[in-house]
Amino acid sequence: MRALTLKLLRNLWQLKGQGAAIATVIAIGVAMYVMSFTSLESLRASQHSVYQNQRFAHVFAHLKRAPESMAERLRDIPGVATLETRVQAPINIQMPDFDEPITGMALSIPDGRQPQLNRLYLRAGQLPEAGRDEQILVSEAFADAHQLQPGDRLAVVVNGRYQRLLISGIALSPEFIYQIRPGEIMPDFARYGIVWLNRNALEAAFNMDGAFNSAVLSLSPGYSAGGVIAALDQLLEPWGGTGAYSRDDQLSHRYLEEELTQLETMALFLPLIFIGVSAFLLNVVAARLIRTQREQIAVLKAFGYSSFTVAAHYCLLVLAIVLVGSVIGVALGAWMASGLATLYQDFFRFPWLEFQLRPAVALTAIVIAGGATLLGTLNAVLRALRLPPAEAMRPEPPARFRKTLIERLGIGWLSQPARIILRNLERQPWKAGFSVLGIALAVAMVMLTSFTRGSVAYMMDVQFRLAQKQDVTVNYIEPAASRTLYELRALPGVTYAESFRSAPAILRYGHREYRGALQGFDPDSRLFSVLDDQLRPIAIPKEGVLLTDHLARMLGIGAGDQLQVNIQEGRRPELMIPVVGLVTEFVGVGAYMHRDTLTRLLGEGDTISGAFLAVDSEYQLELNRRLEQVPRIAGVNLRDNMLEAFNQTMDETILVFTLFSLVMAGAIAFAVVYNNARIAFAERARELASLRVLGFTRRETGWILLGELLLLTLVALPVGFLLGYGLCALLAWGMQTDLYRVPLVITPQTYVLAAGVVLVATLLSAVVIGKSLARLDMVRALKAAD
Amino acid sequence: MTKETVFSTRNLTRVFRMGEVEIHALRGVDMDLYAGEFVVLLGASGSGKSTLLNILGGLDAGTSGEVRYRDLDLSRANERRLTEFRRHHVGFVFQFYNLIPSLTARENVAIVTEIARDPMTPEEALALVGLEQRLDHFPAQLSGGEQQRVAIARAIAKRPDVLLCDEPTGALDSKTGIKVLQVLQDINRRLGTTTAVITHNAVIAEMADRTLRLSDGRVSEVIDNPNPVAPDRLHW
Ligand SMILES: Nc1ncnc2c1ncn2[C@@H]1O[C@H](COP(=O)(O)OP(=O)(O)O)[C@@H](O)[C@H]1O
Ligand SMILES: [Mg+2]
Repeated sequence: MRALTLKLLRNLWQLKGQGAAIATVIAIGVAMYVMSFTSLESLRASQHSVYQNQRFAHVFAHLKRAPESMAERLRDIPGVATLETRVQAPINIQMPDFDEPITGMALSIPDGRQPQLNRLYLRAGQLPEAGRDEQILVSEAFADAHQLQPGDRLAVVVNGRYQRLLISGIALSPEFIYQIRPGEIMPDFARYGIVWLNRNALEAAFNMDGAFNSAVLSLSPGYSAGGVIAALDQLLEPWGGTGAYSRDDQLSHRYLEEELTQLETMALFLPLIFIGVSAFLLNVVAARLIRTQREQIAVLKAFGYSSFTVAAHYCLLVLAIVLVGSVIGVALGAWMASGLATLYQDFFRFPWLEFQLRPAVALTAIVIAGGATLLGTLNAVLRALRLPPAEAMRPEPPARFRKTLIERLGIGWLSQPARIILRNLERQPWKAGFSVLGIALAVAMVMLTSFTRGSVAYMMDVQFRLAQKQDVTVNYIEPAASRTLYELRALPGVTYAESFRSAPAILRYGHREYRGALQGFDPDSRLFSVLDDQLRPIAIPKEGVLLTDHLARMLGIGAGDQLQVNIQEGRRPELMIPVVGLVTEFVGVGAYMHRDTLTRLLGEGDTISGAFLAVDSEYQLELNRRLEQVPRIAGVNLRDNMLEAFNQTMDETILVFTLFSLVMAGAIAFAVVYNNARIAFAERARELASLRVLGFTRRETGWILLGELLLLTLVALPVGFLLGYGLCALLAWGMQTDLYRVPLVITPQTYVLAAGVVLVATLLSAVVIGKSLARLDMVRALKAAD
Repeated sequence: MTKETVFSTRNLTRVFRMGEVEIHALRGVDMDLYAGEFVVLLGASGSGKSTLLNILGGLDAGTSGEVRYRDLDLSRANERRLTEFRRHHVGFVFQFYNLIPSLTARENVAIVTEIARDPMTPEEALALVGLEQRLDHFPAQLSGGEQQRVAIARAIAKRPDVLLCDEPTGALDSKTGIKVLQVLQDINRRLGTTTAVITHNAVIAEMADRTLRLSDGRVSEVIDNPNPVAPDRLHW
């Protein structure tokens, strides 16, 4: 074997500690990159393939009731490819051994057949047979939550009527990939379910004989949704249409898109940070590693090895490390991606997943991480090569030291070792600076990967302690007279109730629009508050509308501007309402006004859409049962359940992701600190050995090396906190959606965690280096530097 | 018989700059080395011996003046020519051995023979310095004298035209030093290798064909020695 190759292999073996640390950093950078992009691309591919294969509709319309004969007229609208009518009904579901209220939605499918649009994917069982009205399909998410199987019975209350139905199959629909109850922010599979029945059965149960209250359609190629929606709205207006909408406003699709967009931010941001930090560290570490080889490079050159051969030799050495790191990184990334995709599978209910690891993704990651490493190597090698061999081979001349700033300031009581530490650092401020920056980046990364937990807790606290204090929110199927509030007040356990009016609306300013609702509250509301930017409650003004600051930004509107409002129910008035102020909200967005003013603008009497209730928790169960029997109610949201569902989802998804990232950040921290220490040790071995020869104890020489390490770490902590704060702010900003905005709140725990991880890494490195220090062979270290 | 010139320097200077301080290591060296001769460079520590030898070996460049190796103008040669020159013509023995710690004695020699044109085998070269028993030892497992001999084996293995040795006996006891010198003389006699040896030990000059004395960056004296003695007759 060629001697040079042998040298390479032996060097590699010698550097195994540092090599492993470098490979770890590469592996992590690559793994994070591969994981994020692969899981994201897999989800996107799954979405695409499911939409395509299951024929996800383009436009959705809901109305009160229209005769089936209207369907033909709707189909004549230019641009409509396929249109299907159906019946849709809010339901309550009763499960034995499950006391809390379960609401849901029943949708009709053609008797015994697959619908033409939004086709169902059967995970188990079969479609209801034609003419068998008692058979239903249950959504997989709900079935999983209650361990339901085909053949089980399910008690369903439709329109106040109790029915025991037979589950014929478990289904998934492109319409409910993100199965969430309207008005909530996280799915709650146990308390919200979707079921499908034969059209005949649901018509009968919901008093919809020969009629429909929902239509979905697909567009012909070349047509956009806008024209079709306008035509639909016109045709359906007399039948109580609430405004057709496109996919963009379809609940599941919108949430899925929001989640994917957020994931995209994370998928772009985190791995870029990771790989960027890795690249920086690798560059620095590789360069320092090479510098310890300066003398050998000169010797090779003196023998007549060409610069190219020597450079190639060292690049090969580093390439071997890069290769090991990359292979591990890609494998780890792919493994984590499939884990993550499976995790999301619980959350996004895709009938199937298209898992794809694109070679380009892996390659990009490797090129970034490996490229940076090689660049650092090459840079250092070339610098070593540029020196005349005679010069490079000379033992390094005694470095020129000065008294340090601290000493010059007159603090002369430092011990000799302390002086050595300080002078070392001050003599090579760049090197010290890079070390500090490296450690600081590790601190910042730990912060970045762990701050969301505190922020989200804060977000939820503001939302449910300051803004929405109600225990129960009751939504009516359609607006009702305000006196119905008294019925609610009379229910058991209700200590207080106040009403609200909510009207679906398209909010416009200039050419921007947002499909949401105009919400009217009582000005003296006790359960619901809107908050200013200091999170103090604001009184709802008599005139004008208050907008969530994020919504105002989305629309580009400010206080004093006129908001154009197209109400999407009843007489569908078009209104111009002045924006009188902005409110701070972290969850959701809204347009809020005085309830009296809203009903006046709607041109109707004193109506309400639902109510907020404060409930004595002892009566909660009884209240739930009673609420189920009120036919007017479309849905009930319980705050505690919402919080529980939220926390559970957070734990399952964000936390796992965070944990992944935290482990990675911790590993990077260790790799950085360890490498720093290792190289400092190599650079100082001679000096330390001399000190030992002069009679310094192991402890004293150790202190010189480790004291420097500790000092660098301590300096790096505040720098890291600052960097971390900046990165967190950037991530929080990038993750803003109209669903929620994670506020930038960095809890003391986050700082402590970040500092802790890095300090533990320092300690571990100190232990490892301490061992080498103990083994330091004085004579050898003095003879020649390896 | 006309003597063929291998190296010649004219008015060669070398100035090291260290911050604001300038160190004049060579202040105008004029000298010639002839084919096949054994030359000793004598001089006090700091007189510029290593600097001169490094420049001759293409490991460093002068600040001004001329350096020629046969037809090659070393002072104007580019990086590629210099590499070529070092690879095929020069055997260098460093004062601090500079063995590659991660390679055994045999491999330390092989690393040079692998890129040479007509080399000995590493085993042959190591046998010449009496290290045939130590082929597979790493530098750390060898004594100082043995390391020095590996360094010499490494320098002669490529059968260089010139052998430049920087204090090859400086770190050795006299017995080992004489052994090393015997090897050098043997190579010089048998292969006709032009040899320049740096030393501050004046006794060694007795075995040389010629002695150049350096003081303060200049050649201050050139002594011809028509009757060089065998190294085993030297004492110090
Ligand atoms: N790379 C260098 N940088 C600065 N000064 C140097 C360098 N190399 C040699 N010198 C100085 O040049 C002078 C001659 O050095 P050198 O040739 O090594 O002397 P010798 O080998 O005769 O002892 C000395 O003063 C030495 O300190
Ligand atoms: Mg010298």
